[in-house]
Amino acid sequence: MTVEEHAKRYPEVWRRFSPRVTLIRYAWYLGTMFVAAWAVHQLDIPWFYFLDAHVQAGDLFGRMFPPDWAFFQVVLDPLVETIHIATLGTIVTFVVAFPIAFISARNTTFNTATWFIGRFILVTSRSVNTVVWGLLFIAIFGPGPVAGVWAIAARSIGFMGKLIAEAIEEIDEGTVEAIEATGASRLQVLWIGVLPQVLPVIWGTSVYRWDINIRESTVLGFVGAGGIGIMLYSSINQFAWREVGIMLISIFAVVVVSELVSAAIRQRIT
Amino acid sequence: MSSQTATVYPTTWKRPSLIANPLAQRAVVAAVVLYILWAVGSLEVDWQRVIQGFDRAGKLFGRMFPPDFSRWELLLKGIGESLQMAFAASFFGMALAIPVGLCAARNLAPRPVYLLARGIIVITRTFHEVIIAIIFVKIFGFGPLAGVLTLIVASLSFIAKMLAEDIENMTSGPMEAVRATGASFPKFLIYAITPHILPRYLGVSIYRLDANIRHSTVVGIVGAGGIGQVLQASFNRYDYDFSLAILISIVALVFIGEFFSAWIRGKLR
Amino acid sequence: MLTITDLVKEYPTGLRALHGVSLTVDKPQVVAIIGPSGAGKSTLIRCVNRLVEPTSGSIALDGVDITKLGRGALRKARRRMGMIFQEYNLVERLTVMENLLSGRLGYVGFWRSFRRKYPAADVQAAYALLDRVGLKGYENTRADSISGGQRQRVGIGRALMQQPDLLLVDEPTASLDPKTSRQIMRIIVELAHERGTPTLLNIHDVPLAQNYADRVIGLAAGRIVFDGGPDELNETVLTEIYGEEDWSTTVGGGDDDGDDDRPGGSDDLEKAAAAG
Repeated sequence: MTVEEHAKRYPEVWRRFSPRVTLIRYAWYLGTMFVAAWAVHQLDIPWFYFLDAHVQAGDLFGRMFPPDWAFFQVVLDPLVETIHIATLGTIVTFVVAFPIAFISARNTTFNTATWFIGRFILVTSRSVNTVVWGLLFIAIFGPGPVAGVWAIAARSIGFMGKLIAEAIEEIDEGTVEAIEATGASRLQVLWIGVLPQVLPVIWGTSVYRWDINIRESTVLGFVGAGGIGIMLYSSINQFAWREVGIMLISIFAVVVVSELVSAAIRQRIT
Repeated sequence: MSSQTATVYPTTWKRPSLIANPLAQRAVVAAVVLYILWAVGSLEVDWQRVIQGFDRAGKLFGRMFPPDFSRWELLLKGIGESLQMAFAASFFGMALAIPVGLCAARNLAPRPVYLLARGIIVITRTFHEVIIAIIFVKIFGFGPLAGVLTLIVASLSFIAKMLAEDIENMTSGPMEAVRATGASFPKFLIYAITPHILPRYLGVSIYRLDANIRHSTVVGIVGAGGIGQVLQASFNRYDYDFSLAILISIVALVFIGEFFSAWIRGKLR
Repeated sequence: MLTITDLVKEYPTGLRALHGVSLTVDKPQVVAIIGPSGAGKSTLIRCVNRLVEPTSGSIALDGVDITKLGRGALRKARRRMGMIFQEYNLVERLTVMENLLSGRLGYVGFWRSFRRKYPAADVQAAYALLDRVGLKGYENTRADSISGGQRQRVGIGRALMQQPDLLLVDEPTASLDPKTSRQIMRIIVELAHERGTPTLLNIHDVPLAQNYADRVIGLAAGRIVFDGGPDELNETVLTEIYGEEDWSTTVGGGDDDGDDDRPGGSDDLEKAAAAG
């Protein structure tokens, strides 16, 4: 084999991507950088703020210490209320989500119209944040935890409904067929043939959503929908940082514990 | 048939309960009922107010319709700001998540670094975006800067957590193989770690962009810029028809964001 | 009595699965329907209880034309027809007893089925059937924790709980091993005879059909090409149903064991069917 032949058979250059692909890749990188740069530029960020940001932040956290432990007694009630809001909201969702999921799943819905209504409910519910739902329900029920419960439920329905509808679309159709073949009514097919198959998903997503809801309900108070957020908001606005410190610590504890509980329950279910 | 006449079969059957002991089962049911009663009771429901609420709901929706898009410039500015916040935050979040994620992988980082990185992730993940936003508002004042920082922190901890878990789930084989070639640590990162985590990292980042678009619409409620601020103001001024216009725009924006994110993630696969 | 007249089924894809099938089952007998994959066996059986909507033709069960029934009347007709499936199609997360009792769904109201409060006679019948199919003591076991053969026994029990006037059986043994297949076939046939229930049974395993059926119908490409006793099955008939193949080892295999290990067992038949 001559040198040329050898070079031809075993080239010295190896490229992972063809030139065209390389070009496209670089175009993506450039595009991303451009969008990021444009976004940052448009936001008009006053960069000089950053000069003393660490001092400010340090100062702020410094003022939170030592936490005012006596204040904990005051925090306890709103903290319990926060958990209640999350739990009751999840219970409402647990009841409502299955029927909505049922009409949103292609294989169990009645017709195109009901499917569309179901999907519309799910999309709307998910697109509006819990806090925004809070604003709406406060306009209806006035400030307080009742609005919070409905806000939590309104947001969770879309989350759970979507997951349950996906589970319904994946059920074993043979079972449904068999129940239909016994002459069962539509409601019985739903109850005996469909529900048992998706029950684990309903439980799992409920518990999962409950721990997300605990986190969400800590801020509902910022718009007046009950829970610890109301007190946190007013303490922050009064610059009562030692109170804020206590509240942040208790929120941290509750959220972490609920996350652990939820994970433990979900592990036992599945 | 003879066996059927000989044996007398029971005429009742009870579904076996999840909890075998009937006493314990009743206790659990009672506990759940009591909890709900306690929770509902402690909410201090003002039934008068709730009943009025339905009436008010009717009025509220009456005033929401038709949605008022006449102040579309304000609306568009808010949406634009939310989008910019989401893009900027996703970019910085993606970039900053890499060092934090690497530090938070147990099999890569030394113990103290690992604990520190995990601590950052746990703390930032625990607090709701709005709480982080209000603290940034207190430090940096009202406006999109606080919002961007909030979203950066949220994206950073979310992506970093995924990265760290992904790295921890790696089998040690390829890592040892690359180390065995005598590669330095940066080369080791590029050849052993990057190929493994890149697809998931990109996927999670794009998911996060979509999530940031969603969250950018709420941080404004505590004054951290974006469409949320406009929405909050419209609610405070009882401009419900404008509120509905904003809500419709948010739903549309979130919907497009989700669609876009799903499309890109499909392409990456 | 079941009378099927000129039954045609055309799927929306344009596939014509049945080309005018007519048959009558007028006495309590086990009718095996054999034929290659895609011959329309499953479609035929599913048309009878309208899990598949027939395109034209009529299906009369004791004089009532099932194809013309509305929703409510169809449900009433369906509860008179028990069905047994290839994949058992049990509600896996429910207990064996709940699966058996689900055969009574057409007879009890929603509230009763919701609370699992079935009439005493139904519960008693369920216990009796459980014993009869050899699953005594399994009532509280969940359906996903028993074996395939046991699941099919539950499936048989569920169908018979309906006290059906007609049994529809779709490939009951296709997911089971040879020994279990025989046990399952024996239970179905014995119960059908005991209760005098006419039975329409799809099966691709020719020796099993020969051993257990009172009458065999051969279906090929959506048409009936054979209708006669199991002893009338010979090489010519099999060739007409399935196409050219060496059938000498298949016919006359009246022996009760080991058939499925021989060449010409079910796997070879499927291949022959696919090729022809």
